[in-house]
Parts: sequence; C-alpha cells; structure tokens
Amino acid sequence: MNIFSTTSSGGSASEEERRAVAKAVNRSRLVIFLRIGLAVVTLATWELAVIYGLIDPFFFSRPSDIYTQLAVWLTEGTAQGPLWRELLVTMEETVIGFFIGSLLGIFCGIALGRNKLAGDVFSIYIKIANAIPRVVLGSIFIIIFGLGMGSKVALAVVMVFFVVFGNAFQGVREADRNLIANAYILGASKRQVTFSVVIPSALTWILASLHVSFGFALVGAVVGEFLGSRHGIGLLIATAQGTFNAAGVFAAMIVLAVVALAAEYLLTALEDRLLKWRPVQFVEHGM
Amino acid sequence: MPTPVIELINVSCKFVSPEGKITQALREMSLCVNEGDFCAIVGPTGCGKSTTLGMITSLSPPSTGLVKVFGKPVAGIDPNIGFVFQTDAVFPWKNVIDNVAIGPIYRGKNAAEAKKMAADWVRRVGLAGFEHHYPHQLSGGMRKRVALAQTFINEPKILLMDEPFAALDVQTRALMQGELLSLWSELKASVIFVTHDIEEAIALADRVVVLSKGPGTVKSSYDIPLARPRDVSEARYSEQFIHLSKQIWHDLKNEVQI
Ligand SMILES: Nc1ncnc2c1ncn2[C@@H]1O[C@H](COP(=O)(O)OP(=O)(O)OP(=O)(O)O)[C@@H](O)[C@H]1O
Ligand SMILES: [Mg+2]
Repeated sequence: MNIFSTTSSGGSASEEERRAVAKAVNRSRLVIFLRIGLAVVTLATWELAVIYGLIDPFFFSRPSDIYTQLAVWLTEGTAQGPLWRELLVTMEETVIGFFIGSLLGIFCGIALGRNKLAGDVFSIYIKIANAIPRVVLGSIFIIIFGLGMGSKVALAVVMVFFVVFGNAFQGVREADRNLIANAYILGASKRQVTFSVVIPSALTWILASLHVSFGFALVGAVVGEFLGSRHGIGLLIATAQGTFNAAGVFAAMIVLAVVALAAEYLLTALEDRLLKWRPVQFVEHGM
Repeated sequence: MPTPVIELINVSCKFVSPEGKITQALREMSLCVNEGDFCAIVGPTGCGKSTTLGMITSLSPPSTGLVKVFGKPVAGIDPNIGFVFQTDAVFPWKNVIDNVAIGPIYRGKNAAEAKKMAADWVRRVGLAGFEHHYPHQLSGGMRKRVALAQTFINEPKILLMDEPFAALDVQTRALMQGELLSLWSELKASVIFVTHDIEEAIALADRVVVLSKGPGTVKSSYDIPLARPRDVSEARYSEQFIHLSKQIWHDLKNEVQI
C-alpha cells in the first residue's frame, strides 16, 4: 500500500513531504531494530538460563543445540533423508490441501450464501463442524488413505475447508443490500450480481480467512505425518520425540515457522493487490 | 387521454418485522405521473417517500393496491427505470470510470464502448481528472455525482431520484439542478424527485406532491406554472415562486407539528 501518496496534485516534493517521508523511514528502522533486539534478548536469556542451571536443557533444549541440530540437518541431512526433501513433502501436502480446501470452501460458501433457504438450513451444521476438533479425523484418513500423501492432504483440506467456507458464506450474507439493489436497477442479471457485487464484497472476508487457513493446512499436514507416515517434517518431530531429542523438535518448529512466514508474506501481497480499493485505516495518533 | 407512465392506485405498504411488529409506511396512496412529467415529492421524514420509489422499482412490493408502470402492473425491474439511491450505492471496489460504465456492461455493451460512453458522462458531471479514483478517495458530493452519471448513462425513460442533491454544496447543487433539467428535456424522461427542500422542488418540478406524516398519503398537490425552460437560480425570486413556497411550507408545517 502506498502511504506516501499525496493529495495535492502536481508540484515537487515540498519540505513538509520530505520530512514526512524521513519520519516514516526512521520509524520503520526503529521497529526493525526493536524486533531484532527482542529476539537477541530472548535467545540470550534462554541460553544463559541453561548455563546457570535455571532450565533443564533435556526438556527445553537450548538455542545453541537447536542451531547445531539445524546445521546437521542442512549439511548431513536427517535420518530419513535430506532436509529439503522432507520439507518438500510437507509443503506439497500443505499447498495441495490448502488449494483444494480453499477453492471448495469459496465455491460452497458463495453457492450456499446466495441461496437463502439452503443457507439457513446448512448454517447450523457449519457451526457444528467448525466447533468439533477436526484433527481427530486424521486417524480415520490414515485408515482410509494409508500412510501416503493422500491422508495428509485430506486432513489439510478438512482443516481449511470449514474456515474458508464459513468466511465466504458470511461475506456473501453481509454484502450490502443497497449495492445489490443498485446493480439490479442498472440492469444486472442474478449471475452478474453474484460476480460483480457479491464476490467482490465477500473478498475481504475470504482473504482474511486464507491467512488463518494456511496455518491450518500446515497443522493438518504435520499432524497427519505425526499420526503415521514415511516422510515429512511431522515424522521428523515424531522421531525426535521418540529419541528424547528436544532440540530436534524445536529445530523442526523453526523450519515450519519459516515456511508459514513466507506464506503469510505472499498472502499479504496478494491481499494488497486485490483490495487496493480499500481506504487506508485511520491511524490512532499519540502512540 | 394518454395512459400515465407511473400510476399508484390506493397502495398501502406495511413492513412486518420478524418479531411480528408491523410498521405501516404508506396508507391508501394514489399518484399519477404522465409521460415527460417532472414530479417532486416532499414530506416529513419517515413518511414513506423512499418506500414509494421502492414500490415503483418493484424492489419493495406494496401490501395492497396496484402499481402500474407504462400501463402494466409492475413485475420485476423495468430496464427503463433509473434510480438514484438516497444512500451511497456506488461500488467501492471500482474506480469512477468503471462505476459509470457498469450499467452498459450489464446490458451487454462491450467494455471498450462502455468506457467511451462513461468517459463522456464522467466529464458531464464534472469529474474529469478523477476517472481512476476509487470512491473512498472522493468527497461525498463527488460520489453522488458518480451515482448520477451511473444512472444517466442508461438513458432511463423513468428517473426516480431520492434526495440526490442533499449532500452537495449550494453552488454544485444549482449546477447539477440546471444539468438535470437540460438532461430531462433531452431524454424526455418522466421524473419523480424526492427532496426535503421545498424551493428545490418548486424550482425543478411541474408538480409538487406533499405527503402527510407517516404512514404517508397524498396530502395536497400543486401544479407549478413557472415557464420552461427555467433558470433554476433565477426562478426563485419571482412573485409566483414565493407564493407557492409559502403555501407548501404551510402544508408541511402542519404535518411536522405534533
Ligand atoms: N425495510 C423496512 N423494514 C421496516 N420498516 C421500514 C423499512 N423501510 C422503511 N421502513 C419504515 O417505513 C417508514 C417510511 O420509510 P421511508 O424510508 O420510506 O421514509 P422517507 O420518507 O424516505 O424518510 P426520509 O425522508 O428520512 O428518507 C419509516 O417509518 C420506516 O421506519
Ligand atoms: Mg428516504
């Protein structure tokens, strides 16, 4: 989003504008500095607490051990094979599950949201499905689809579907009645209203749900691997757990965090592109 | 006698809330607008002016009574009707030119042609240079002008306007009123124009209809004999104008008093 866009048309950058830009740059530098500082302090405290015997590294590991574990995985590979291959397996399950789950969710959410009766009938079951812990289905999927990729993808799909579905459904229901009426008067058919009014207004909701649901897809894939698999980061964690290797668990967590962060970044970029019509939120001053 | 373009015959309109509470918005209202007529409706707030327009578009059908458009009972949205909503109804995810072009696109024109038409209309409502702004980057009055262009581009035969100029400043309003009158004579449209502003009603209309307080019904109706074409800003100083304005004001005042 362009926060530096000026309302005054034409003219070169004035002193005032330049000062505003400098202020924004300074602020973002401060934020980055504080972020790094916080990470350093946290890790140092952890390491020192282990050195002075305040925490038992057998249970809680220590940053240097985690670093060593990561280095070993990167250079020599894991017990199951090279780290990148394990990661690739997990990523594949996550991404496929994420896409299938969100596409199905968006489609069903919009279709049901546009049909009042069907929406009223189904909404209660959606609430129920959202409330029960769906990871439990992982066990069933392993029975059905076996130890391969299918069971993990299925679990990821189920994790993602209901979140996206719920948001798409809600987004369609919240679409402004006035805008819909205006579109009909301007000559739109029901189909045109769906595509040019309902979907754009539901998009804010849908994109918001995609942020959460990528994390859910990752949980689905990892838990699936955890329950039974031959490859993947989830298996890596299960193995580390079996050998009481706390550093291994933490290292795997860091790998997953990096993946989740990258996905978050991509989704935010997508959101900014699709929602560039949205006004910039008011900023609360004096913070 | 030609058939009227819009005819409301003894319509009443009730809203029933899901809890079963009934609000009556209109009672036994009759109104008739002939082809090419410019009819203004004034009335106290909540008397059912917006509801009346809604019935003509078929968006909110009447509980009893009959609404006819072009001599036929309304069934579905008539493509000849243009409606400028009281509340903001431009599409926030479309920029100005796409907002204006949407009507022709809905009606099957190809995008390039629609945009060319839209560019012309954007200029005519005085928004040249703002084609690629999004609604949130415009002022309230500018958004209203987008809504006007969006409606006019379809060249409606019936124009329903719900307080379209309420958000505009005095100068722009006078300008838009003049523009509306010239468009109206050009399109030969029949207009129902809802407003709170008695002077605006008299300056623009052939006939001013006063509604009683809610549930509304027609209280009185005044023919406005001012000559056409009118200069909106000059007309209001004539003897006749002031006399009419006093009469209508008197009618309305009795409605607003409790
Ligand atoms: N959808 C609805 N459900 C229930 N009541 C409604 C609905 N729409 C309008 N009403 C009621 O009908 C009455 C008339 O409303 P309407 O919007 O037509 O008034 P109005 O004359 O346009 O007022 P204003 O000048 O303030 O715009 C009001 O009492 C309002 O509360
Ligand atoms: Mg109204």
